[in-house]
Amino acid sequence: MIGAWITIGIVTLIWALIGGVGPFILPKGPNRGVYQTMIVLTAVCCWLHWFITYMSQLNPLMGPTLTRGEIYLMGWVW
Amino acid sequence: MGSLFRSEEMCLAQLYLQSEAAFACVSELGELGLAQFRDLNPNVNAFQRKFVNEVRRCDEMERKLRFLERELKKDKIPIRDTGDDPVAPPPREMIGLEAKFEKLENEMKEVNTNQEALKRNFLELTELKHILRKTQSFFEEAAMYHGNQPETNQPEEENLLVNDYAKTPYTKLGFVAGVILREKVPAFERVLWRACRGNVFLRHAEIETTFEDPHTGDTVNKCVFIIFFQGDQLKTRVKKICEGFRATLYPCPETPQERREIAIGVMTRIEDLQTVLNQTEDHRKIVLSQVALDIRVWFIKVRKIKAIYHTLNLFNVNIAEKCLIAECWCPVVEIDRIQLALRKGTELSGSSVPSIMQRMNTKEAPPTYNRTDKFTQGFQAIIDAFGIANYREVNPAPFTIITFPFLFAVMFGDIGHGLLMFLFALYLVLSEKKYLAKKPENEIFEMMFDGRYLILLMGIFSMYTGFLYNECFSRSINVFGSAWNVNAMNDSNTTLQGSGTLTLDPKTYGVFRGTPLPYPNGTGDPYPYGIDPIWQSAGNKISVQNSYKMKNAVIMGLLQMIFGLVLAFYNHRYNKDYLALFCEWIPQLIFLMCLIGYLCILIFYKWAVWNVLNSNSAPSLLIGLINMFMFTKPTWAKKTQLYSNQNEVQITIVIIAILCVPWMLLTKPIILYLRNKFQGTTRYAGVRVAVDETSDDVAILDHDHLDDPETASITPKDEEEKFDMSEVLIYQVIHTIEYCLSCISHTASYLRLWALSLAHSELSEVLWTMVMHSGLSAKGILGAFMSFVIFWGFAGLTVGILLVMEGLSAFLHALRLHWVEFQSKFYKGEGYLFTPFSFSLIVEGRVDE
Repeated sequence: MIGAWITIGIVTLIWALIGGVGPFILPKGPNRGVYQTMIVLTAVCCWLHWFITYMSQLNPLMGPTLTRGEIYLMGWVW
Repeated sequence: MGSLFRSEEMCLAQLYLQSEAAFACVSELGELGLAQFRDLNPNVNAFQRKFVNEVRRCDEMERKLRFLERELKKDKIPIRDTGDDPVAPPPREMIGLEAKFEKLENEMKEVNTNQEALKRNFLELTELKHILRKTQSFFEEAAMYHGNQPETNQPEEENLLVNDYAKTPYTKLGFVAGVILREKVPAFERVLWRACRGNVFLRHAEIETTFEDPHTGDTVNKCVFIIFFQGDQLKTRVKKICEGFRATLYPCPETPQERREIAIGVMTRIEDLQTVLNQTEDHRKIVLSQVALDIRVWFIKVRKIKAIYHTLNLFNVNIAEKCLIAECWCPVVEIDRIQLALRKGTELSGSSVPSIMQRMNTKEAPPTYNRTDKFTQGFQAIIDAFGIANYREVNPAPFTIITFPFLFAVMFGDIGHGLLMFLFALYLVLSEKKYLAKKPENEIFEMMFDGRYLILLMGIFSMYTGFLYNECFSRSINVFGSAWNVNAMNDSNTTLQGSGTLTLDPKTYGVFRGTPLPYPNGTGDPYPYGIDPIWQSAGNKISVQNSYKMKNAVIMGLLQMIFGLVLAFYNHRYNKDYLALFCEWIPQLIFLMCLIGYLCILIFYKWAVWNVLNSNSAPSLLIGLINMFMFTKPTWAKKTQLYSNQNEVQITIVIIAILCVPWMLLTKPIILYLRNKFQGTTRYAGVRVAVDETSDDVAILDHDHLDDPETASITPKDEEEKFDMSEVLIYQVIHTIEYCLSCISHTASYLRLWALSLAHSELSEVLWTMVMHSGLSAKGILGAFMSFVIFWGFAGLTVGILLVMEGLSAFLHALRLHWVEFQSKFYKGEGYLFTPFSFSLIVEGRVDE
């Protein structure tokens, strides 16, 4: 849609914002440290999983095998 | 850092409590629940301790209360629960409580015995009433049978039966009447017949109303019987048989007038008895309802007193100074609160001498105390189930809060299944007040309830990974628009007409977004978030997902293991164990990075650089890794090379990895040995002596404060262990081998992420195509009906197999990955849990002392 590098940049930025800014805007409380850890780890895990998924599709070595009926249908609907 | 990252700092403190203030002080500490007392008389038998009598008295009181509670349960009177928590009453009130319970128990017992006696009496009278009524009918029957003049005109058969020769049959014929349990009647009849050789005549009639056994309270059915016989010999025999069958015999007069009189007497007595019984019952109810008001409070009070005396039994008694000496572990930050509680206790008891708290130095490992709340305790429980952390060791629990649900979700990724799990956990969380107040009975449910926040997070992360896998009940959602354009294939391929399958070719112009224009320098422009939905219907879906999920598992495994090593770094730094840091930790990290880290870098490199145009010459990473250790030179010609200068880089990496092994193995033992040798000193019974092998002189370098009784008594085992080179070496060899092997085996173990996630998605797809799909593809009215029925089958199987069974298996695998693969990098787990003396645990009956 908008090119691979821009997509990677946007999604990385979003998760970096969540993981980088989230811990600082938390309300004060006895468990603040735990919640901060949770937010950072969530951002890291979610970003990592997305990144692996994205990278594995970046350069497809082969294409999907479809039945001709499915191809017609997809060409028509999508 | 926060409280959950490391356990609380603890200290050992000594308390000097005046004997008269000790009770109140311990009571205050019990309310506070922050001190764990140590047993200072471990050698003293439980029966020889100082406050055994008091504990026994409390036991007795508890027994009485339990008796009253049982009586309350018997009468189904609800126990009032006001929710208030009374403090332990001072010891002088114990006598009052004892007297009160004694009185109540005696009263209750008296009422019970009276009631039982009355009921027995009542039962007997009722039985007599029935006997009179039934026998009346027997006699009347007989009279009818004999006609109007029974004395003179005897029928032949009756004569035969009762009396052959006498002319006055009724005068000689004796009879007994009684009541017997209904189920015993046939046996009774048979025995009578056999024992009396058929010379008795038994009539019986069932009593319609059921009786209550006054002793056991069971309902029983009974029978009235009457036996006619002749002669004293038979009479004794009949009576013995009746006795044997536990039949109750009642006097029954012969003439109808007498019987009527007795019957009238019995009726009036029954009525009187009924009123007395009712009054007794009312009295019992009144006593019990008063008991029900206070019994909960009494229970709490007695349990608290008992717990206090139990604790006092752990103390050392100093007879000369009339004080009790206690030792307890407590969190350092709570010392002020403990001291406040002690002062309050001393004031309450009216003692003039203050209680003293004093910190002690010890080398003993303190207990591990992690302060948790309702959210974190479920996660802490997962860690504690493996092993309690050493004192002040890095606690994996705060990291597990996210990594555990995440690894679970990697294996369980499906939006639909995640949503169901999330909703279930959300219900538990929202209704937690209801379930916290009333403990759920079902054990499995209780377990799930304790882990409600864990399940909630597992559900949320499963939805996220399901979105990445693009699976919702195994169906895909096309949110952003597929990167594959089938129409481009359509236009360019005229052979599309006909049947069969076709593989889209990304080399063709326009088929894959962003290609092939920027090749070879640029990349494609794939589906932005998650797996492209087109793969859902692709025939070669598995081979693509296989490669993706396997690499995913390896990368995640490596990162979690590195994370574990980072936590190990914090442990070493906290313990100031620089020897372990430089001689173990650094080579460990390098070794792991050389082996698995390099593989992961290659994975990303291959994804980024290799594309359709040069995919024909793409090398296999796994074979490349094996070749790397066999020093086989990768070449472009053999399609084994990924990048230029690969051979040189790989040889360097392998050499570094191999060098790490002796680094891990030898440096630490050698340094320890040298350190020990050059110090040249040994300790003898706490006195350090410089030993010079060339001369006989020894010099005392320093010595423990042997004259200080306190340190001497507390630290009896603090003598330095003797340095044993072979032991150190063996330990190091084992650990080195274990670590090196674990780098491979643990990475392989993370492949379970790949296997389980693939299995889950395949299973849910099978369920969809085999069950739901067949329901949806049926036609007509029948199809509508079918799809309704099949939907419920599909829903049941989804919940039963995919959510419960698959969820459980993914949970266990995530648990194992955390316990073994992650925690083995940094977690020792050889500590012991801080179990403070706290009333809140004792009163609920959770701690049974």
